[in-house]
Amino acid sequence: MATLLEIKNLKLDFIAGERRLRAVDDVSFTIAAGETVCLVGESGCGKSVTALSIARLVPTPPANYPGGEIFLNGRDVLKMSKQELRDIRGGVVSYVFQDPNASLNPVFRVGTQIKESLKLHRPEKATDAEVIRLLKLVGIPAPESRIKDYPHQMSGGMQQRVMIAMALASEPKLLVADEPTTALDVTIQAQILELLLDLKKRFGMSVLLITHNLGIVGDMADRVAVMYAGQIVELAPALDLLRRPLHPYTKALMNSVPKLGAKHQRLAAIGGNVPSLGNFPPGCRFFPRCPSAQPECANTMPQLVEVEPNRWVRCLYANSL
Amino acid sequence: MEADPNISAMEALPAAAPAIASPWRIFWQRLRRQKIALAGGIILVILYVIAFFASFIAPYNYERQDRDLIFIGPMLPRVVGGHLAVQRYEQSTGLFKYAPVAGDWGRVHFFVRGDQHMFLGLFPSTMHLFGTGDPKRPIYLLGTDQFGRDIFSRLLYGSQISLSIGLIGIVLRFGLGMIIGGISGYFGGATDTVIMRLCELIMSIPALYLIMSLRATFPASLSSTSIYLLIIVILSLVGWASSARVIRGMALSLRERPFVLAARVLGQSDWWIVTRHILPGTFSYVIVAATLSVPYYILGEVVLSFLGVGIQEPSASWGTMLSAAQNVEYLTNYPWLLAPGVAIFITVLAFNFLGDGLRDAADTKT
Amino acid sequence: MNLLEVKNLRVHFPVKHGLFSRVKGHVKAVDDVSFAIQPGETLGLVGESGCGKTTLGRAIVKLVEPTAGSILFEGENIANLDGRELRRRRRKFQMIFQDPYGSLNPRMTVGQIIGEAIDIHHLAADEAARRDRIVDLLKAVGLDPSHAQRYPHEFSGGQRQRIGIARALAVEPQLIVCDEPVSALDVSVQAQIINLLQDLQAQRGIAYLFIAHDLAVVEHISRRVMVMYLGKVVELGEAREVISAPKHPYTQALISAVPEVDPDSKRKRIVLPGDVPSPIDPPKGCPFHPRCPIAQLPRCQAEVPELREVTPGHWASCHFAK
Repeated sequence: MATLLEIKNLKLDFIAGERRLRAVDDVSFTIAAGETVCLVGESGCGKSVTALSIARLVPTPPANYPGGEIFLNGRDVLKMSKQELRDIRGGVVSYVFQDPNASLNPVFRVGTQIKESLKLHRPEKATDAEVIRLLKLVGIPAPESRIKDYPHQMSGGMQQRVMIAMALASEPKLLVADEPTTALDVTIQAQILELLLDLKKRFGMSVLLITHNLGIVGDMADRVAVMYAGQIVELAPALDLLRRPLHPYTKALMNSVPKLGAKHQRLAAIGGNVPSLGNFPPGCRFFPRCPSAQPECANTMPQLVEVEPNRWVRCLYANSL
Repeated sequence: MEADPNISAMEALPAAAPAIASPWRIFWQRLRRQKIALAGGIILVILYVIAFFASFIAPYNYERQDRDLIFIGPMLPRVVGGHLAVQRYEQSTGLFKYAPVAGDWGRVHFFVRGDQHMFLGLFPSTMHLFGTGDPKRPIYLLGTDQFGRDIFSRLLYGSQISLSIGLIGIVLRFGLGMIIGGISGYFGGATDTVIMRLCELIMSIPALYLIMSLRATFPASLSSTSIYLLIIVILSLVGWASSARVIRGMALSLRERPFVLAARVLGQSDWWIVTRHILPGTFSYVIVAATLSVPYYILGEVVLSFLGVGIQEPSASWGTMLSAAQNVEYLTNYPWLLAPGVAIFITVLAFNFLGDGLRDAADTKT
Repeated sequence: MNLLEVKNLRVHFPVKHGLFSRVKGHVKAVDDVSFAIQPGETLGLVGESGCGKTTLGRAIVKLVEPTAGSILFEGENIANLDGRELRRRRRKFQMIFQDPYGSLNPRMTVGQIIGEAIDIHHLAADEAARRDRIVDLLKAVGLDPSHAQRYPHEFSGGQRQRIGIARALAVEPQLIVCDEPVSALDVSVQAQIINLLQDLQAQRGIAYLFIAHDLAVVEHISRRVMVMYLGKVVELGEAREVISAPKHPYTQALISAVPEVDPDSKRKRIVLPGDVPSPIDPPKGCPFHPRCPIAQLPRCQAEVPELREVTPGHWASCHFAK
């Protein structure tokens, strides 16, 4: 499969006063055409800024990129000019964010906002007819009347569908969805995920889906990357990872989440807290909380190593645990 | 025994715990980084200290008239023969024109005896910060006005009025605004409706006309202090309504915060919730708004004096001094009469700098 | 005796409109809800936005005034109490909130926050006793006693939630209403707080009304579960049974919508059409019928189903549940 996106050794720092905080530390992964990759992690792990970097949406300053490359369709995003960036934003990669209420402009009608996206990338198609077609595509009933609605007249689920319609309007090759269903009710979440699966099949789009919910990974992903404290700690095909996680953090995460229908045993909580930016321990960043920690882990930074075909783990003891 | 992850969930605190990071300390640290605000603050501190000791620093009483030296310009001392000294002036060609008498220098001393004044308003004293010690040798640092009164001294006495009007005014206005706005926003319902309609009523009264008509109803021979207090009270009573509205809006949103709900579930009294939970949440707004509104009180006093309903002669306030100077002939020939204008300018600027800095320090989003 | 018994509780909010705030209609946030909680038991309450679970939780602790019905706490109806009478009974029930960042007054130290609870009910005879009590509470929730001098912003979300729990514990309640206590926390921290709540229950015999939208969490911590939809209870029963063999079609859809971590489970996802309707204008008859896969007109549109005991201990409000 052709590689659509290749992130190589990406590093991202935030400058706060005199301090340099490394939010993304040597992150590498690829997304092939038509593939869905999930980026899993908790708050502060760097998944959102990694995703935003793909279209260089992180403001620099206060951020800057001390190293790494992001190849989108063969060209390095970090070296693109403003014009090239405008072309890829929407044209190659589109975004859907978590809170549709905050992403939609409350003073413009929904139809106008979708047309804006069309005008930028497919101006010959910036018509009401195309907007209606897009709304139908994302499953909004009675789209002819809906295009005149303002965002506040729609429910959360519908707003998110509108966001997806806006993202698709420019026919991107890669859709980046940052926690698209976290703010939605469970039944609406199911609808949106079904929609994304359906659209993916129809258009052969690649999807980068960011979530902290391992259940969504199982339903949606081909491959999954688990991030912790700015680094990728495990990278594997989704089903393999869910059936047999190799990194202690992934294992601990899966064990600490209650599962429907499981026996009521005490949850195996992970002690401690996620380290904050700038307060990373030397050596393995998960060491202070790792249930399988060994003395060397304290001072040696493990590398991301392919311990089995297609299974990458950042742990000194990946094979022996 | 394996460590219970719940107990070990607490972070290991560093051995020497850093100083308590209270919200006030954080605010102060952020403020310290705003250099312009600090400059404004220092200027204000200096101004208020000077105003506090006005009668001591001023060489003369505010009503003292020197009929021989009306409209004389600034008499700046120079170093002569190793000492600070000031020249004597005498009438020269034309009315109100003066020339220095050659070679006639009088030494300027510090901590001299002069006119009697009430030190800090507490006890009589004749000690002044500086002067010539000789009543026949005047030192008018900023010249004199049309009655031969020392402008520098009047500026200092006037500062007491002009600078304190702002402080008392904001205390009254925002104090009232916080209490009424807090009650209105927190309790809601009929209380809120009644109070808000009252506020709108008050806000629709044109302040200027209110002041003038109120002033007209009071006997013309009211003492200076009474007039002064009256002005402040009226300005604050008219102004509290707009502050109350803003605070009421903040109280409305604060009362839905979970920590306020938690206090209600605990059974905390409404009074405590309003004073300890809701109103402190309005402090960052109140401090900034109050600081930035002081200039309006100062300028308000000027306006009232221009209209003749402010502080009356012979008392000195920056407003009365300026209003006495509104005369083209005076301004072209005796521009030092505008000294109070410069003082107002500096004060207003300082308050604005400080206010801007306070606002930036309070705004934790940036 | 039941610790808490709620009977036919209604909480309706008037919708005002126009120049004179004429009442145009009512938001029936809680519409004729009845249930009971035993001492030391955890009753889970699930539902989606607009179902009324948050309003129900707040009504029980009298943050919101009930419009009708009774709330019996140890046999005593508190629905119409207020003032000093209510305050005295407030020691019996407390609440913990969803937002760890908004649930603590940022201008007060942790010690002051917990101390306020102690002071309101005069639970400490003197300063030393008060201090000891605060220390005990902090330890009970897994925090270091030195944290009492610190301010909320110095703590992580999970730690702030612990402080909120300590505050609720300070008055020694018998019931704590937990309003989505872990939803805003990181996944790895949620388990810590869930374990803490269970430990405290085992040690102190506190009952919980655990409100959440995450079914897996609710099933894990609850003995019984109640499902709400548009202000009404649609299902109530033993947690394991409700989850494994739900009787109401809404519950069935809800459970099937939960993304499963286990990739090999063959659960068929029931996708409900449309949006959750608004509680201002609920559908006639069964509130769920417009989206229900097994709805049968005209009955489901004409008749509001009663909450009936379909099998022993398992209640559902559907004409066709069996």
